Amino acid sequence: MTQLIGAVGFGDVVEAPALVSTDAFSARYDLDHDTGVISRESHDLCGQSIAGRILVVPTAKGGTATGWRLLDLQSRGLAPAGLVLRTTNPVLVQGAVFAGIPIMHELEPDPVTSIETGQLLRLVPREGRVETLGQG
Amino acid sequence: MYLTADEEAMAAGSDGPAVKWAMDYQLAVGGFFGARRLVRVRSAHAHCDGEALGEPGVRFLEQLADQGARARIPLTLDPRSTDFSCALDIGQSQSIVDTERRILAAMARMGALTTNTCINYQTVDVPHGGEHLAWGDTGTVIYANAVAGARSNFEGGPAALAAALTGRVPAYGFHLDECRRGTVLVELADQPRNSTDWGAVGCLVGRRFPGYWEVPAIDGAERSPSPDEVKQLGAALASYGSHAMFHLVGVTPEARTRADAFGDNEPRERMVIDRAALDGAYRGFAPERESPDIVVFGTPQLSVFELAELAALFEGREVSCPVYATTSAAVLRSAEEYGYAETLRAAGVRLLSGVCYYLMTARELGRSNGFRTLVTNSAKLANIIEGYGYNPVFRSTEMCVDAAVTGRIAG
Repeated sequence: MTQLIGAVGFGDVVEAPALVSTDAFSARYDLDHDTGVISRESHDLCGQSIAGRILVVPTAKGGTATGWRLLDLQSRGLAPAGLVLRTTNPVLVQGAVFAGIPIMHELEPDPVTSIETGQLLRLVPREGRVETLGQG
Repeated sequence: MYLTADEEAMAAGSDGPAVKWAMDYQLAVGGFFGARRLVRVRSAHAHCDGEALGEPGVRFLEQLADQGARARIPLTLDPRSTDFSCALDIGQSQSIVDTERRILAAMARMGALTTNTCINYQTVDVPHGGEHLAWGDTGTVIYANAVAGARSNFEGGPAALAAALTGRVPAYGFHLDECRRGTVLVELADQPRNSTDWGAVGCLVGRRFPGYWEVPAIDGAERSPSPDEVKQLGAALASYGSHAMFHLVGVTPEARTRADAFGDNEPRERMVIDRAALDGAYRGFAPERESPDIVVFGTPQLSVFELAELAALFEGREVSCPVYATTSAAVLRSAEEYGYAETLRAAGVRLLSGVCYYLMTARELGRSNGFRTLVTNSAKLANIIEGYGYNPVFRSTEMCVDAAVTGRIAG
């Protein structure tokens, strides 16, 4: 097990498999809202569903729609289980808090390079800690 | 976080459940970013289109309104997903129309001005230096911060609404002096010629230095760009880079000089933009076919001056494919009064008000009309619309008009 340590985040403890991208994320710019599948052709996760995964991305992208959209995704079972960013913008945090989805950022080592897609993660936002639990 | 006695009372429920929700929400978001206090804001601007909200978001607004929630500062609204006058004609669903009517009704009950504009800063709510705001729509925020010297973070829909209910926001990010100084230097080796060139600058800088906390300082402009040119620059920076602030040395108020723009910061990186780079920004959007399926002007909504420019370019010509131009209700009324609307409608341009194309259930519009190759003079729209299954083509305003008229995309 390896640990990532950093800033106190938002939300309850959650365990789920990681989905890692080197591209930034926006629920408006990148996602087919009807299916929860990344639909932007130039995104490195194009074709993959974010539902029930812990999305690990460098940063948040673009506009304000994510502030509302995570709640709607969650009501249809399509939301990510958690969000881990190298550095986030306010909108993704506002959306995650609105939907009650755990979110963390500013961790060491860098989550984008130290976590692999498919690894099972445990987020402990109030303690600023992410644990890798092996392959999910 | 330090709270005043009034704020403690709001958090304890003294002003009712809606204000308590708003305060709890703001404390959670502010806590995440290490805010030490709240700061009063003069106005709030909420993005709340029906496509983004979905049914849970609409129910949330209706529940707040039922609880007696009331904005205690001016609250304006960002564009809707539909122009009620033509929604079904252009292939949108009745359900999005119904959703938008419910949103507007709930927002009006809470005291919002149903402005449905993303150019509030050019029309109904012009910001000024030093004031604190709670604005959503990234293009409005970057304009307020950079051009007016006002202070706002990106406040997504629920966050802007919470601010309207408490009259405050958590004081972090661009409310604080230390976040507003330049971080990276951009030098213009050649001059942007028009508003799409300024959009191209925003595209290049945003791609190179993505991240909310980056503040590009752009130096070398030989003339002060027009408000619409700065609007395109800001909207593109916010879209491609998620930036909330920039400096234009010698133009924007917190950057009279390069030293002023950076304060105690040293530029971490430097980028030079020349003509070849600007041309490359356009060429990076390659059309799959020579003919456009649709041409869109707007994003942000067009100003009266931009509609005047379009009217001059379309005068006496006729479109050969669907052409949409999006603006606000107030600007459209002005364009009707000045005769620009008549000229554009005579050429076959569809004028849509209260909307922006990417908010307009664009995936469904694309499917129902066969729209894929979309030509636009908006660098921001070209960026967003790819995620909706389009082939975006960003070109100068003149080339977009030519493509609309001839049915062929040049360049």
